Amino acid sequence: MIGSPDVVAFTKEDDFGDSFSDPLSLPEEFSVPLFTHTANANPWTKTSFAKFSKDFILISEFSEQVGPQPLLTIPNDPKVCGTFDLNYFSLRIMSVDYQASFAGHPPGSNYPKLNFVEDSKVVLGDSKEGAFAYVHHLTLYDLEARGFVRPFCMAYISADERKIMQQFQELSSEFSKASEIVKLGNRKAFANELEKKLKDLEYTRSVLHKEAELQKMNNGCYSTQAIEKANELANMEKSIYEHKDLLRQITSYPSRKRRDMDFVECETEKQADTSVSDDALNGNHSEVAEKTDRKSSYTPQLIKAKSAKCFDKRLKTLEELCDSNFYHQTLEQLNVIEMTFRGDLCSIYTSQIDRALLSKQRVTSFLFEAECDWEDEGTSKNFNFTSNIPTVPVLHLSGEPLSLESYTTCIDLDHIKPGVESMEGPPESSTSDITQETSEAADTETKGSFSSDKSIEALGGVSPSSLQANYFDGLERKCKVSIASSFENASHSVAVPRRSSDGNLVPMDASCCIGQDSFVFEEPLPELAQECCGDTVVNQEPLSLFQGDTALQVNYIPEESALAESPNMGLTFSELNTCVLSEDVAKINIEDASDSTSYMSASTSSDRAVSPFTYGSVLTLKQKKKAGHSALRFIRQYPFAQQAIFCLLSGRTLVILGVDEGMVRKLVNALFVFVPNLGKYCETVQPWLSTPFQLTDLQRWKLIGLQRAASPAGSSILHSLNRYSRYISILDCDNKTLRCPPYRGTLISHLADHRTQIKRGSTYFLHVQGMLTQLTAKAFLYTFCHHIHLPMDINEQGSVKSRRTNFLLQLGYTVEESKIVQYLSELIKQHYVQGSSKWVKQSFCFNYTTSFLYKI
Amino acid sequence: MLRWILGGREALGTVEKSAALFIGEEQPKNCFTEMQVLKGHFDIVRFLVQIDDLRFASAGDDGLVLVWNVETGDCLLELRGHTQQITAMTSYTIIRGGNTHTALITASSDRTLSLWDPDSGNRVQNISDLQSSVKCLLVLDRLDVWLSGGNELCVWNRDFELQCKTVHHSDEGISAMLELPKNFIAAAMDKEIVIFKLNLSGSDIVVMAMRHLADHRDTIHSLININDGLFASGSHIGELIVWDSVDWTIQAYEQIVWEEPAVDNQSEVKLTQQKPIEKSIQHMSSDGEFIVAAVGSGLYVYNVPMKSVVAYRKIAHDSNVLHTMLQKDGRLMSCSEDGSVRMWELQDLPLPAEPASSGFFGMFGTFGRSSKHSCPPVPKLPEVPGLRSLELNGDLIGHSGAVQMFLSFKEKALVTCSTDHLLIVWKDGEMQSQLRSLAVFQKLEENQEL
Repeated sequence: MIGSPDVVAFTKEDDFGDSFSDPLSLPEEFSVPLFTHTANANPWTKTSFAKFSKDFILISEFSEQVGPQPLLTIPNDPKVCGTFDLNYFSLRIMSVDYQASFAGHPPGSNYPKLNFVEDSKVVLGDSKEGAFAYVHHLTLYDLEARGFVRPFCMAYISADERKIMQQFQELSSEFSKASEIVKLGNRKAFANELEKKLKDLEYTRSVLHKEAELQKMNNGCYSTQAIEKANELANMEKSIYEHKDLLRQITSYPSRKRRDMDFVECETEKQADTSVSDDALNGNHSEVAEKTDRKSSYTPQLIKAKSAKCFDKRLKTLEELCDSNFYHQTLEQLNVIEMTFRGDLCSIYTSQIDRALLSKQRVTSFLFEAECDWEDEGTSKNFNFTSNIPTVPVLHLSGEPLSLESYTTCIDLDHIKPGVESMEGPPESSTSDITQETSEAADTETKGSFSSDKSIEALGGVSPSSLQANYFDGLERKCKVSIASSFENASHSVAVPRRSSDGNLVPMDASCCIGQDSFVFEEPLPELAQECCGDTVVNQEPLSLFQGDTALQVNYIPEESALAESPNMGLTFSELNTCVLSEDVAKINIEDASDSTSYMSASTSSDRAVSPFTYGSVLTLKQKKKAGHSALRFIRQYPFAQQAIFCLLSGRTLVILGVDEGMVRKLVNALFVFVPNLGKYCETVQPWLSTPFQLTDLQRWKLIGLQRAASPAGSSILHSLNRYSRYISILDCDNKTLRCPPYRGTLISHLADHRTQIKRGSTYFLHVQGMLTQLTAKAFLYTFCHHIHLPMDINEQGSVKSRRTNFLLQLGYTVEESKIVQYLSELIKQHYVQGSSKWVKQSFCFNYTTSFLYKI
Repeated sequence: MLRWILGGREALGTVEKSAALFIGEEQPKNCFTEMQVLKGHFDIVRFLVQIDDLRFASAGDDGLVLVWNVETGDCLLELRGHTQQITAMTSYTIIRGGNTHTALITASSDRTLSLWDPDSGNRVQNISDLQSSVKCLLVLDRLDVWLSGGNELCVWNRDFELQCKTVHHSDEGISAMLELPKNFIAAAMDKEIVIFKLNLSGSDIVVMAMRHLADHRDTIHSLININDGLFASGSHIGELIVWDSVDWTIQAYEQIVWEEPAVDNQSEVKLTQQKPIEKSIQHMSSDGEFIVAAVGSGLYVYNVPMKSVVAYRKIAHDSNVLHTMLQKDGRLMSCSEDGSVRMWELQDLPLPAEPASSGFFGMFGTFGRSSKHSCPPVPKLPEVPGLRSLELNGDLIGHSGAVQMFLSFKEKALVTCSTDHLLIVWKDGEMQSQLRSLAVFQKLEENQEL
């Protein structure tokens, strides 16, 4: 049924041989893996014969009713998958499932246990299909499912095997994020469901109780009906007890997730205690209930004492399994993943190297870089939340006030709702109720169900025993916490006789989803991961083809572990939260201050679309590249482009004055790439202003599009232009004139040569970016050179000045170019000393120079 | 009007010349190349008082007193308490156990006087229900008392206890006060200067009027000390009187404003419009030898020993000059209702007989007419051998309303306050850059990144 697998081998170059390193070679972090040379390979020919056009993400489920089935793909476009057989591939990826589905009655305990299993991550290849996949398995809880669990998997499917292999770390960390979101939502949903179920059960019990009393009265205590009723009642009690225990387990999740000793036990005894056999399903139990649609104001329902057929019921969709908000967040995260890993491996590498290098340049990257990575500074770990910030609303959605407490307490709070008996004290009964037969049965089933799996090869694998060491410390602490909190609720709880029932088992079945050790790829645990940081890559992970990128990979490991470690995560979430909040505030401020006024009279304009400026939206690299095209046109069209660019680079506010909004916006669009310290939301640019500007605006905005109007407002605008003319340069786009200080030098003529051979906007943008980076490097050098800033001796202040000017002269800069370097240097200093957040208090520098009028 | 924006540079030139004086954008001697706008007030800011090397307080019509750090621009404290505009503010240095501690005394139209601690922001003392609102404050450090002048003169001790007061004066009240030697006080009341004497007998202080000096013909706007032996007063119609501090005799009487020379029609029209306000002496400051007087929109530098005007600018600003400052090195600053601060330098004329350059008399009429310079506008002045010129070094443009006052922190900064509710700190950009560099290296050192 399943074709013969491909072994995707770890290929790793031997380190024996030459230890000689070329002194001129690039540092390791710069290197991009070379294209593997086979006979006449052309790197651009499509070597694979995959049936899909580009990479996509597939979500599949191992449905207990129909087996493996694909649920959705991202992007959700049938063209992407082409003729690729999703069903077949789902079957393949789901068949490497692992032990996740264990649940039920472990030996030594008399009530069902939820098993908080780790996600597993494997790489799977199918050369016949030309498809390679990173497969991320996870289980979600569903009260109606067998064993309470539903196995899912998310797979990143690509035709490029090396991409999967070499991006494994990144894929794994990104998918872990998505998985965390969906599991979080699922836990909440599961807890809600349990609560409802508990209400049902209690209601049913009270009904049964009445009936039993009635029968006793009518028929006496020992009539068959009465005994039957009593049994039924006892079953009910038991199932209430079990559900409460389940609720307790799910609500105390984060501690259990990693620190539960039981989990370790389960690992070792997995084969034995894989829940209950199928026959339990057919038994006479009250557990499997037909659920009706439930709303928040829930009225308990009577649970029928017969179980529904497994295949009759409709299984919940993924969206129902987790809260729909979480569902959408997950999809968003998956979309982000899809976008991040889109394209050629080489370009992914380049951009990763780019980002990694940029992250080391926090001192200067704010000046001209479009990436908003430096914004992450606030979060301690290298958390790369770009647009998947929705993780944050976790707290918002629940309606709980934001708290800096850990994630754990947030979740707990959410579930300990008043009036709901959600928790029980520690159990006092200890009768084992799993029988030898059932466990044996499970055992055999396991073997059976995996007989065909032999053909599948999963990569990686870990022995669980190596992971056990660190679990013990947290366990006790967490237990105390949960007990303590349950005592508070104890008074509310109904006095349920807590005797163990002996006869019947809870009908849980997970036998079809049993995993095996050898197929599991365990995510390295945080403690381990951190320990492993020292020796490059965690040893369970597939190794990269080359050792060179270890530096990069190490960077990513903390990221992953940060996510996996729940206490940390709580903290990071709240940090993120405040960070996001403040960003929002910043946005609002900007809108308050400028937008409301600026768009008042701007509504008549036609082509707003020309400009990328919409407040509150993050400026993307793409927009910047597009702006390169406008910039190129501007340079060809206006001979005084160099002067205009000089103004922007030297920090003199450039006002673009014009009647036509579209034209002004076009010019703003052409020039904004030259504005240093543009800001994440382009805060330093005001694309269209129709009110007079103030002095403080000049401090804030370095590029302003201004409306020329004949109205009284227009004349007051002109008045403000006149008044502050010494601080600004004015580009009049109606008359094609520029009034600004003169520029002499060659730097900007290289930057903006109107005879440039560059044809494409994005090429030009890169050219500009390169030049500006050079400039930034010089400014960095200038800023952090001791000898030009610190007086050699206290008495000679004057020499510092001359040393500075000499330094700039030696760099080959003219007076005007020196001004640019000095301005950038001032920005770097302020940024370094104050941090990026304090731009409000920035002072406004200017100099007194004569302006000239340039015409076309 | 603003056709230069549309047209060429020629047009620009004419428009700019319609202003009284235009220095242009090239100002090499102007070191203020950095500014910081301080927002906090909700109404006109009228007073600035220095607390120490780092801090200053600002107050105005919104009744707020704000304490600022001049280096960082941080608002350190908001002193709230007055319900109406503040009419006077002064610093009050208390020496207790060898520590000098500076407090602030404020007076408001709500007829209260308050003592503030600028370290804690506490209102240490408060006196309400005064009979009249206080218009001026004077601290006598020597006697450790302070005086408030409104419709009557009150003497207070350090603990805000009223020691004595004079009878009710005219409705005009005391507009300015001055400490004279031997416990005498000069107070300007409308057209008169009243000399009070403080009699200290034991712990009691008695104040009594000694002399009324009624030589001014109009309201006195300005009253300043020149040095230990002289003080000066200036009136609404341009009278400048220099008095002896001890025997209160007139040392010099100068009518600063003189007749306009005949100029061509175009100029006359313009100048006559400004005439009515032009004579009033709004503000004076002195360095012991020179007095600079703000007369209308002009500036006059008066040499006290020589008893003559040594330099002047008839139209130094577009509008009335509100505050002046004379620095030791012959530089002076002025601020005006036109929203600008101008920095001037006293320079010797190249040749005394030579007619002034067009830059010097640039305020006269239209640009490019050399004919009128042949007749000097002031017949009196060429006679003075020490006549010097007042050259514009630079101007600070930032406020959109009248600049009420400025406060200099020497080379560190200059603070201006204005009708537009803003304060601006002007700094030497080069020096700030240097300071920032030092801060960067300090932080590098702290972070062990060096």
